[in-house]
Amino acid sequence: MFDYTKIKNGPSSSAAEIANVSRRSFLKQLGIGTGAFVLATVMPGFSSILHASPSRGDSANVKADHALNFFVAINPDGSTSIVCHRCEMGQGIRTSIPQIIADEMEADWQQVFVVQGKADKRYGAQGTAGSTSIRNQFIDMRKIGAAARQMLEQAAADMWGVKRSDVTAENHVVKHLLSGKTLSFGELAQTASKLDAPDQKSVKLKSPDQFKLIGKEVKLFDQDDIIAGRATYAQDIQLPGMLIASIERPPVVGSKVVSFDATEALKIKGVVEVVQLKNRPLPVNVLPISGVAVLATNTWAAHQGRKALKVEWQLSEHKSHDSESYLKELVEKVQQPGEAARKKGDVYGHNYDPKNTIEAVYTMPYQHHQPMETPAATAWVQGSGADKKCVIWAGVQNPQWAQGLVATELGFTGDKAADRIEFNITLMGGAFGRKSKADFVLEAVELSNKVKKPVKVVWTREDDIKHGFYHSVSANYMKAELTDKQTADYWIQRVAYPPIGWTFNDKTNRPNHSDLSVGFGDTPFDLQNLSLETQTAEGHVRIGWLRAVACLNNGFALGSFVDELAVKSNISAQKMWMNLLGSDRHVDPKQDGFKYTNYGMGYDTHPLDTKRLKACLNYVCDKANTSEKLPEGQGWGVAVFRSFGTYVSAATKVSVENNTLKVLEMHTAIDCGVAVTPDRVKAQMEGAMVFGLTIGLMGGISVKDGVVVESNFHDSLMTRIHQAPPMFAHIIESSQPPGGVGEPGIPPVIPSITNAIFHACGVRVRNLPVNKHLNVV
Amino acid sequence: MLNITINNKKRTIDVPDDMPILYVLRDELSLLGTKFGCGLGQCGACTIHIDGHAMRSCITPISYAANKSITTIEGLDDDANHRVQIAWREFKVPQCGYCQVGQMMSASAMLDTIPNPTDEEIDLHMQGNVCRCGTYDRIRKAIKHAAQLPANK
Repeated sequence: MFDYTKIKNGPSSSAAEIANVSRRSFLKQLGIGTGAFVLATVMPGFSSILHASPSRGDSANVKADHALNFFVAINPDGSTSIVCHRCEMGQGIRTSIPQIIADEMEADWQQVFVVQGKADKRYGAQGTAGSTSIRNQFIDMRKIGAAARQMLEQAAADMWGVKRSDVTAENHVVKHLLSGKTLSFGELAQTASKLDAPDQKSVKLKSPDQFKLIGKEVKLFDQDDIIAGRATYAQDIQLPGMLIASIERPPVVGSKVVSFDATEALKIKGVVEVVQLKNRPLPVNVLPISGVAVLATNTWAAHQGRKALKVEWQLSEHKSHDSESYLKELVEKVQQPGEAARKKGDVYGHNYDPKNTIEAVYTMPYQHHQPMETPAATAWVQGSGADKKCVIWAGVQNPQWAQGLVATELGFTGDKAADRIEFNITLMGGAFGRKSKADFVLEAVELSNKVKKPVKVVWTREDDIKHGFYHSVSANYMKAELTDKQTADYWIQRVAYPPIGWTFNDKTNRPNHSDLSVGFGDTPFDLQNLSLETQTAEGHVRIGWLRAVACLNNGFALGSFVDELAVKSNISAQKMWMNLLGSDRHVDPKQDGFKYTNYGMGYDTHPLDTKRLKACLNYVCDKANTSEKLPEGQGWGVAVFRSFGTYVSAATKVSVENNTLKVLEMHTAIDCGVAVTPDRVKAQMEGAMVFGLTIGLMGGISVKDGVVVESNFHDSLMTRIHQAPPMFAHIIESSQPPGGVGEPGIPPVIPSITNAIFHACGVRVRNLPVNKHLNVV
Repeated sequence: MLNITINNKKRTIDVPDDMPILYVLRDELSLLGTKFGCGLGQCGACTIHIDGHAMRSCITPISYAANKSITTIEGLDDDANHRVQIAWREFKVPQCGYCQVGQMMSASAMLDTIPNPTDEEIDLHMQGNVCRCGTYDRIRKAIKHAAQLPANK
């Protein structure tokens, strides 16, 4: 019925098709009337390192196919809606995606508004994780905009009876070059809506110097609503007849409900029902972990009722997990040779000179996301049998994955399964990886399916902290020998941590090549002899993605170790980085036998470039003036790290007096290629500095007897305003293809802090957090 | 039955006396701008004004507000043009935005008592408000900017 025109894609190595779908009935879904011009595209799912695990069987159900979806619609009055199909958690993607499309189509930003896409495989990949939205879709989004622009130009040419080459679109109008007459996008909407989408070869993208919105300051969507207190998060959904659910979950992962007594709970005014959630077997996956739900007409009653519950649990074998002794085991393990993932030369045949050799083990406890908005989701299962359907409102990072899990939960099968699940995506009050896992959505679905009413599941802060998907506790071992050229060789790295894969397959006990591609196997130094190895580690709590994933511990180890080598060589860390990185070149970790995944990106577009790493570090050292003479008790620390295709350097200045730390100033410099929304790039870097301060100085989750010890913000600490120094986020101008932004800021920040501490007072912090060693007030 | 003024409107509220104000605002009155963050008064996401003072609504029972006046973000300024809101827009403070209502409620109460706060005073008065996205540097700048704007009536 529709003439699809295949458009071969650019560097993001995926294919996109664009088609005009103005007349399709599902425009209604976006609230767009007839006469509007709508351009649709089909994109295959983009691969993402974070979503490539074959053990996630359910995600196969929601793999993208070649049905239609929409991004651009122009109403006759000129107002232009652009879909954001990705999910907003504070990174500004609801501005950046429309900004990219609007730029190529020459839309007037004042007339653009954003429409949030629902979960729909026709959008291609919607999973908002791995800092992928822009780096994977920059070219696709631009093509959508450019195709729209071309169709508007064609419409004007047709209306005037001239050639398309005689007209040009500019700022929401199409102009006839000879006569100067114009037609607005609104006036052209109807005519354009009847045209076929252009052939791929005729879609011409702007050159970067022609960008009017990309890389420029634009008014950000959602800011006004947030500041007025009008923005809608998942916690804010209210429906007539809705019940609020507060769930008592088993204290140890993998445990079961044996029995419960709801007598007292049901006496609380407002409590309507008490329902047991299904016991589910290991592996835990991202499904609910069972429990007993108290459903009430208001949130307070639900929580009060839950306090009155009595539940008997059958605890799983994980009840003996103790994070402190577990970490000691990891530390011992990484001091033994492991399984090499990348190898060159011969480190084990070498006789290390103890005077010139450094061996160090760096550790990090479990970390938790702690988004300010605790998990929440509303589900409304309606009808029965073949007519059963479900409507969901939730803030999730991976709506299609969640939709697939809901289909399985409700027994929806076949091609139309997803059509029976309307998945509305709200703003997320922070996510940081937590909301990639849709367990809380499944809880709401399970309960609504049972009670036949809309149910909103709300997590308390205690629920959030005690039932998270934690960033792994980890130990990283480093060993190298200094050479007479003030660099190092005979380089050994080992790492041990329970991998994320354990959550999906509880036999998984060793990070795979994909896990190791994030800041471990891609050590970019000019080394003749190296061995990068893993050790095994079993999982005992749910393990999940946290902003920057294993780059957190790997970046901390690498950034610290380079500083230690520099100190031993009596040169600056900046100089040691330059020496280790060596000549300007593209490092290919695959050459040493490592199955490097490069964050799912092509090596042609996103090589590992030592020149950019060096320039990035030099930039921050210059901006922060890290070579300044400092008074006694103060120090600068630096580090640089490439992750998610982006280079970030960090410089931190601290003072340590009477064993008390004060962070005085922080800088980051980011080279992320084209920075689409510069203000949000800076905001993400500011956020990375604060996130890094939390992990570095005070963060961490501990487990005793299989139970998470911390419970709320009084004992699971996060950086507060008085602990956040003045911050400077520098953007390095670049016309390279975009890299990620959300995650790559943090890995260099953490070692920049601990290195600064060493240079201030001589205390080398290898075991995080810093507040175990110094006062952090 | 409690008589409470909320955003300049007199209301009669019929809920258990010990229900925290947060849940009264959100569940009973659908004033959704005030957010749940911790339930322990540890994060400030739920900050409101009671008789002009910044209070944590998640741990303050509704009975405390009897015959008092509550202001929430919805009532801070009819057009969302309180000077802290203007400054927050100017500095593009919010990231995810979830904690920002609480931040602004704390900041506006502070400016009522400290018209020209120093960085140290801001740090002292704002350290009860947590932002996981890390907007603190902008919050400090926005508060200093707001201090220079004309005070709302």
